[in-house]
Amino acid sequence: MHEWALAEGVIQTATGIAEEQGLEKITEIVVRIGELQQIEHDILQFALEQLRTPLMKDAKYTLETIPGKLKCRICDEEWTFNPQGVGEAESEAIHFVPEVAHAYISCPSCGSPDFQILEGRGVLLASITGVKPDD
Amino acid sequence: MTDPRPGLIGRRLEGVDGIIAVSSGKGGVGKSMVASTLALHLAEKGHSVGLLDLDFTSPATHVILGIDGLFPEEEYGIIPPVTHGINYMSITFFALDKPTPLRGADVSDAITELLAITRWGDLDRLIIDMPPGLGDATLDVIRFIEGIRFLVVTTPSKVAYETVRKQLALLKKLQIPIIGVVENMTREPTDYVSLKVENDGAQYLGAIGYDERLEESIGDEARLKETKFYAEASKLYSKIN
Repeated sequence: MHEWALAEGVIQTATGIAEEQGLEKITEIVVRIGELQQIEHDILQFALEQLRTPLMKDAKYTLETIPGKLKCRICDEEWTFNPQGVGEAESEAIHFVPEVAHAYISCPSCGSPDFQILEGRGVLLASITGVKPDD
Repeated sequence: MTDPRPGLIGRRLEGVDGIIAVSSGKGGVGKSMVASTLALHLAEKGHSVGLLDLDFTSPATHVILGIDGLFPEEEYGIIPPVTHGINYMSITFFALDKPTPLRGADVSDAITELLAITRWGDLDRLIIDMPPGLGDATLDVIRFIEGIRFLVVTTPSKVAYETVRKQLALLKKLQIPIIGVVENMTREPTDYVSLKVENDGAQYLGAIGYDERLEESIGDEARLKETKFYAEASKLYSKIN
């Protein structure tokens, strides 16, 4: 249910952006979900539905999955995170705090844990679309 | 592309009356011991207290307090387990006793995540055990946590105080409240640190003498509370509101 906390963040941030942009209603919210964090899409979607406010009552939620792309800082190897490649306890830990991946994952080429998470880390609000009063 | 987590941090901490970062410019001065025993002291006095270990690459409060076999509950975020009367959160829950080498940007991301998802509830005080220095963790708690106050720890060493002096200067420049400076591990009375602290415009809270029996009590809450360190530290902690 960690997804609820992140859904709260999405709703709060989208509301703030809509207010800044003077939108009277939000029609679409696009959320990018990095595979490294192994978010349960169904739970996130459910939480977003439950947390709807009048500002976004008819908004479409679009959830996009972004593969976890990692790059070794030592040998420049780039690879994609494979959720099946780590154990259950490790997966759960990465789910809560993706940075602990550095404790469990190392470069497939040189074995170093010193890698960058290029993309696909966690939940990001990609965009919101809405209607202004004079539209 | 917007990160939805920073906006949540204020909400997660809205039930906390006061947040104290236990910090130092230098490692090895006893920050984690001060943070752990300050949390124990406050809990003993009947306050609701949380302890957050933000020293991600070298966490130590779980060792000092003998915390093992616990895991946060997942409920609309994560809820810190309660141990020794303290609501406790540390990256050790997730690193599973493995080394976690993190660069600055990763430290920042992990701090943001933990602050955004941890539901502390209502607390009188949240104590944060900081990593040494003026790096990402220090800058992040200043950026994210409104009203945070710093309790600074040093030893009588000129080397340690030199880093603390710079830390005090930074905090003053950023107008971050400084509770005061604790001088830890003193072996003989000297006014070197107290005069320096006063000169640097902060409050000198007092000294805690070097306790050669302290090591024997690590990991055992009851024995920690019987140490000379705890008795002397508690006198200083009672000055902190």
